[in-house]
Amino acid sequence: MRATHPAKRQSIAAHAVLLTYTLIALFPVFVIVINSFKSRRAIFAEPLMPPLPGNFDLVGYATVMKQGDFFQYFLNSMTVTCASLFFVLLFGAMAAFALSEYRFRGNMLMGLYLALGIMIPIRLGTVAILELMVATGLVNTLTSLVLVYTAQGLPLAVFILSEFMKTVSDDLKNAGRIDGLSEYRIFFTLVLPLVRPAMATVAVFTMIPIWNDLWFPLILAPSEEVKTITLGSQVFIGQFVTNWNAVLSALSLAIIPVLVLYLIFSRQLIRGITAGAVK
Amino acid sequence: MGALHLSNVSKSFGKTEVIKGLDLTVQDGEFCVFVGPSGCGKSTLLRMIAGLEDLSGGDVALDGKIISTLPPAKREIAMVFQTYALYPHLTVRQNMGLALKQAGESKAAIEAAVTRASAMLELGPYLDRRPAELSGGQRQRVAIGRAIVRRPKLFLFDEPLSNLDAALRVATRIEIARLHRDLGATMVYVTHDQVEAMTLADKIVVLRAGVVEQVGSPMELYNNPANTFVAGFIGSPQMNFLKADALGEHGATLGIRPEHLTLSPLHGDIAAKVSHVEKLGGETLVYVRHDHHGLLTVRLFGEHDFAYNADVFVTPDRTRAFRFNAEGKRVR
Ligand SMILES: Nc1ncnc2c1ncn2[C@@H]1O[C@H](COP(=O)(O)OP(=O)(O)O)[C@@H](O)[C@H]1O
Ligand SMILES: [Mg+2]
Repeated sequence: MRATHPAKRQSIAAHAVLLTYTLIALFPVFVIVINSFKSRRAIFAEPLMPPLPGNFDLVGYATVMKQGDFFQYFLNSMTVTCASLFFVLLFGAMAAFALSEYRFRGNMLMGLYLALGIMIPIRLGTVAILELMVATGLVNTLTSLVLVYTAQGLPLAVFILSEFMKTVSDDLKNAGRIDGLSEYRIFFTLVLPLVRPAMATVAVFTMIPIWNDLWFPLILAPSEEVKTITLGSQVFIGQFVTNWNAVLSALSLAIIPVLVLYLIFSRQLIRGITAGAVK
Repeated sequence: MGALHLSNVSKSFGKTEVIKGLDLTVQDGEFCVFVGPSGCGKSTLLRMIAGLEDLSGGDVALDGKIISTLPPAKREIAMVFQTYALYPHLTVRQNMGLALKQAGESKAAIEAAVTRASAMLELGPYLDRRPAELSGGQRQRVAIGRAIVRRPKLFLFDEPLSNLDAALRVATRIEIARLHRDLGATMVYVTHDQVEAMTLADKIVVLRAGVVEQVGSPMELYNNPANTFVAGFIGSPQMNFLKADALGEHGATLGIRPEHLTLSPLHGDIAAKVSHVEKLGGETLVYVRHDHHGLLTVRLFGEHDFAYNADVFVTPDRTRAFRFNAEGKRVR
């Protein structure tokens, strides 16, 4: 009994700290979501109150739906995010496997070179990237964004995944080699499933900045049919007048897809962790 | 089945030479055990035979054919790993059949081979389970079954019992010995445990720092060690090494097994003090301390009582002693 009491108290304290942090972190999101359901007057009069029957108003959502191709923007964002994510995970994992599995001359240098991108922001190269895209005729295509985001995400992916790949049992890979599996089969069927939690972590870290990015869509793909949701929402923010209802509604809607993706990945993450613990 | 020939094989990782020009022949159907302290290059040597590690020099031949240039899957070998290394996403049946499937064998042939191997190891009830649903001992049996299914010319084992608890280790050891009798296959087995080496081997290869110290049958090594390293490594409890000059003997070191020392409270050659007593029921191990010779182990049969720090006399049976020179080499 004596042993359990302090443990319990500690656990309550830990939960209190975590709950407080969660509340602080979620508060801005909460404010955005509740205000997106209110009339313009109510947003400014009582910004912290939830929508009440008196001031409940869907005008923001109506504006968003009416305004141009909001659905198209969504689709663009989803396409860019998913495609970039796919390539980052695929190429990142393959490079990480090569770096951690094979001994070759310059292995260390190659790893450092690939990880260097973590420290150098890709935006420094914006002008060169733009020139490149103009020269290759990729301006105003989703392809240009996918290429840039893949490049942006790879360094961290290679760095994190190669650390994890080193933990995969050599015996397992060697057993596969003796049984006649190709290196590709070993990579895809034996190694990848075992580093799934790390892949999920990388996916989350890669996805959020891509989804939220305003910079590259504005520079590389500003035309109507390839606009992403973040760029699309900017139409409501004017120099003189800002349609707050519409901005808040657009932002609230933009949270949903990332949330869904996040839930998918985090389930993978938790499953990976518990699978390891039970084994 | 096949005989294995290693000729002048060597391996370096960068500048460190791990295997230093090693020659060895394992006869067809022989059970050969590589034994040596941890880090001496046993696993590296085994992986070189398997093709998982490139050779820095020399050749490996199996059944008269050079295999050092072939990929692992083409060498007609099978390997059992310390960590079992079962494919977590496949059932026991699929784990055992994968190599044949990769080699393009028919479904019926694979099924027959898996059934045969699982019968030998009594794995029938587990064929549709995944590795995660098996105990450690069962997993290692599946790994052994996976090796049998391939009907290899050569079986390689890398410390297959190290992850099992003591009781299972004995049971699995007996099972491996039985498999060797039934299959008549050539087997190379790596261990750092001299008991496993003694009980399983037809031929033991004692390795130290990438060099073969001695090759021979378990009893040859036990009765005729070539140097102090082999003498100290083979046999448990370890051989005692006494200073020869203090006993008026020639040579530098006198090696005497614990059972060839007698203990008397009254008289004898070496006056020592009891430092520790281990009673094992059937036998008693008495550890005695002597300023010049160090700690000596005496093995007595039956139960004996000695007080801590009691004065005793130890007498070696000089007719059973091994003599070694200053470099640790055996002198006759
Ligand atoms: N991939 C490697 N790179 C560098 N050194 C290695 C590598 N594999 C093994 N070694 C070294 O080779 C030596 C022998 O290793 P190993 O064959 O695993 O020993 P054992 O199986 O006898 O315990 C050790 O000193 C180890 O540090
Ligand atoms: Mg080893």
